[in-house]
Amino acid sequence: MIRYLVLVFSVFAFTLAVHAVAVDEKPLADPVQEARARALMKEFRCLVCQNQSIEDSNAELAQDLRMIVRERIALGDSSDNVRAYMVDRYGDWVLLRPPLKSSTYFLWGSPFLVVLIILLVVMRKRRSAAAVPQPLSDDETARLAQLLEDDT
Amino acid sequence: MIGEIGQFSLIVALAFALVGATLPHVGAHRGNIRLMALADRAVLAQFLMAVTAFAALTYAFVTSDFSVVNVAANSHSLKPMLYKISGVWGNHEGSLLFWVLILTLFGALVSWRGKNLPLRFRSRVLAVQSLLVVGFLSFILFTSNPFLRLDPAPLDGSGLNPLLQDPGLAFHPPMLYLGYVGLSIAFSFAVAALLEGEVTPLWARWVRPWALLAWTFLTGGIALGSWWAYYELGWGGWWFWDPVENASFMPWLAATALLHSAIVVEKRDALKSWTILLAIVAFSFSLLGTFLVRSGVITSVHAFATDPARGIFILGFLGLVIGGSMALYAWRAPKLVPGGLFGIVSRESGLVLNNIFLSTFAAVVLVGTLYPLFVEAAGAGQITVGPPFFEFAAMILMSPLIVALGFGPLLSWKRGKLSRAAQIAFPALVVALVAATVLVWKTSGGYVMTAFGFGLALWLLASVLLEIAGRIKLWQAPARALSRLTKSSRAQWGMSLAHGGLGIMLLGITISEAFTSEQLLVMAPGDTATVAGYDFKFDGVAPVAGPNYSAVRGFFEVSENGETMTTLMPEDRVYTNPVMNTTEAAIYPLLPGDLYAVVGEAAGAGRWSVRLYFKPLISGIWLGAIMMMIGGILSLSDRRLRIGMPAGKRAVVSVKQPLQSEGAV
Amino acid sequence: MQRFVPLIVVAVLVMLFLGMMLSDRNPNEIDSVLIGRPAPEFSLPSLAEGAAPLTTADLKTGEPVLVNFFASWCVPCRAEHENLMILAGKYRVPVIGIAYKNEADKARGFLTELGNPFSKTGLDLDGRVGIDWGVSGVPETFLIDGEGVIRYRHWGPIVGSSLEERLLPQLEALQ
Repeated sequence: MIRYLVLVFSVFAFTLAVHAVAVDEKPLADPVQEARARALMKEFRCLVCQNQSIEDSNAELAQDLRMIVRERIALGDSSDNVRAYMVDRYGDWVLLRPPLKSSTYFLWGSPFLVVLIILLVVMRKRRSAAAVPQPLSDDETARLAQLLEDDT
Repeated sequence: MIGEIGQFSLIVALAFALVGATLPHVGAHRGNIRLMALADRAVLAQFLMAVTAFAALTYAFVTSDFSVVNVAANSHSLKPMLYKISGVWGNHEGSLLFWVLILTLFGALVSWRGKNLPLRFRSRVLAVQSLLVVGFLSFILFTSNPFLRLDPAPLDGSGLNPLLQDPGLAFHPPMLYLGYVGLSIAFSFAVAALLEGEVTPLWARWVRPWALLAWTFLTGGIALGSWWAYYELGWGGWWFWDPVENASFMPWLAATALLHSAIVVEKRDALKSWTILLAIVAFSFSLLGTFLVRSGVITSVHAFATDPARGIFILGFLGLVIGGSMALYAWRAPKLVPGGLFGIVSRESGLVLNNIFLSTFAAVVLVGTLYPLFVEAAGAGQITVGPPFFEFAAMILMSPLIVALGFGPLLSWKRGKLSRAAQIAFPALVVALVAATVLVWKTSGGYVMTAFGFGLALWLLASVLLEIAGRIKLWQAPARALSRLTKSSRAQWGMSLAHGGLGIMLLGITISEAFTSEQLLVMAPGDTATVAGYDFKFDGVAPVAGPNYSAVRGFFEVSENGETMTTLMPEDRVYTNPVMNTTEAAIYPLLPGDLYAVVGEAAGAGRWSVRLYFKPLISGIWLGAIMMMIGGILSLSDRRLRIGMPAGKRAVVSVKQPLQSEGAV
Repeated sequence: MQRFVPLIVVAVLVMLFLGMMLSDRNPNEIDSVLIGRPAPEFSLPSLAEGAAPLTTADLKTGEPVLVNFFASWCVPCRAEHENLMILAGKYRVPVIGIAYKNEADKARGFLTELGNPFSKTGLDLDGRVGIDWGVSGVPETFLIDGEGVIRYRHWGPIVGSSLEERLLPQLEALQ
């Protein structure tokens, strides 16, 4: 029961595992490699604590995966290789940045697509609105009548 | 006994809501004044009943009456009083009751302040509001009764989730709910206008204060939540693009768009059907949020107890309310003929542009949030849509918005001149370009995107100042500028503050994201670590006993150039009921940024794992939000827009006519 | 036409949610990407003292085998243990147990206490083999065909109806 009672209304992410402080004792000696490893860790979704990266989580599996990321970087793997390593085991699910492929074209295109659609609608509306002649107001009608009368 | 009174009140409230949701429509249809007038009494009665029920539940929590299931499951006798009270809305059933309370409160407010609305229109609005109450009350009574009894009563409760035992989180939900539910008024006004088949500039004048009120609360609720995440979750993050966070962000975006488009309706009698749609969509997003949290369709760590019956019920209600109003929209929208015209270059067009980007962003956040579900339903595997996607979308869509935002307020209404606006804004452009260039140069080209964000923020801030300067003719007639400044309307101040707040927020986000310094390490007492030029000396830890937790408190003496500034005391708490671990970060805000320390678990040999940060300008995020809220409140207090509009007699007459004479449905 | 767009969007979303709620999916479950692929190579020491190490070769016996990741500290593993005994006893399926992040004597104690359904065992102390198999938590059970290819993965404990409704049909399809 408690497992389901975890949270409520709030806007924020929490799990029971979140609250330990994720600190690894052995960062990579080379600061450039360590920075690359840290950047990569932020891209992988933690498997046991939803919607967090493995960089943020102190879950044991996240620790293990951080260790693996560091090992692979130290072995000279490229960032793409490390990504492939993770996807081989856990699928695209593990990538916080969805890869560009046929199933995600719509997703990545959506910002452009939606703007385009709304723009088109607005322009069409504008044109049709402009095309409709505005009826004369009462004042204008009166004035027109006056002018016509004056003319004759 | 008290519990039974609460439950009985809910049943009576449901009866009143049923009456209020039906008869006034009949009255409006037949022109029966007495039936129409019923609406006012019905919403007042609903409100009184909801207050009684809520008071009953609060009483049960305060007195720790564990014979009520809800209290037993969510409270504990040892809990501090503040959290006994906040526990009322800290669970599924109680939060729904709170939702109903606010729903009826807003109904009663409209009835009270809206005496000058045409009777027929007011009764329609209140009847729609009552219908919403019917839905939520049925949901409570049939699936989630907060007054359910437990026999025998346990000796003590199981306690509230310790994460919720925090002052920030005690007030975050009520604030957020006031925002979510406040949007119901805009919704009811929109549906009533569709039923009547007419939207007038005065309609926008009525709706706008309510939307502004809801928006202000929503802004506050979201900001409070992110502030809480910042100091409580322990790694300095404040926004995670979690589905439930997105669920609060989408209504905010829609409400922001609504605030702006309503201005165009009011000024130019245009954008009517769009504004109606936004009012419906904004509240629909609120409903979607409650559905996502309570149905278990999406994995979010925020899950309520997931019960299929509840999920189906709320989905049915959601489909009915949103689907019904959208069908009504499809049917009635063609009747909403736009009135006035405005030039392509004009303040109105600026507001249209604002709406295009805000609503696109809301739509894209929706797509991103639900996309994993679509992919899974299509059998194309499982994917995750995480922060990188949303950040990409924010950059694509918010950058043009902010560029336009700098220009918009400089354009004249109806027919503006771009050249004139550009002339005024030119210094802002220079400031932005110079600042961005300097940043790129200083960081040897390493932070191009940061420089872009930095430039945008300064562009916005500078153009807000230039707009104020232009408004008071600071350059042309400096002598009288001060008196013009004091004569600016509160609505104008509201706008400047809200826009400036966005600029400050953007500045905070950009700079703190890029230049946060951090040290994740294991420290022994006596060790010193340097973060961004500040020396953190670790003086060890001490045990601390709280009312219902025990904690380890770490001590960090922070100094700069040998000069002691403060001692940071983060805690690692273990709560007893239920057993759970939380971190309390220690934060010391300085002008250039926040010092931030977290202490974690023991790492052996007297050493502790710690995280130390310096987060430059991060307070800008919440300072910006506070400015937006103050802007909202100022606008609300503007005479022209005060709730219960309109003031002038003439205005009432001119609107009453079309609303009452025409649109029989 | 435009005016119907919002209605259509709402209808599509409601259908999507309804479909998701009526299906028996678990939103927490992460699909295995190893289905249809040969089991990852590994070699692990056996829990039984003196026994030969457990390797990928042990999975290619010509008949279907189950590989169960378990741990003595895992509560759901206790719940499913009875069903593993039934699979090994009544259905005569070879079940291989891999103790995940578990000290050898604790894992042995677990099997002594509850009975040993496993024909062979392996000890994955650092959890690396588990990660290679895409395990996100224990218990997880993999169904391997005679050629050593993973055919099905059961996520979470085999309890309630899941033995008869999920695992057995998959097993029968292979036999």
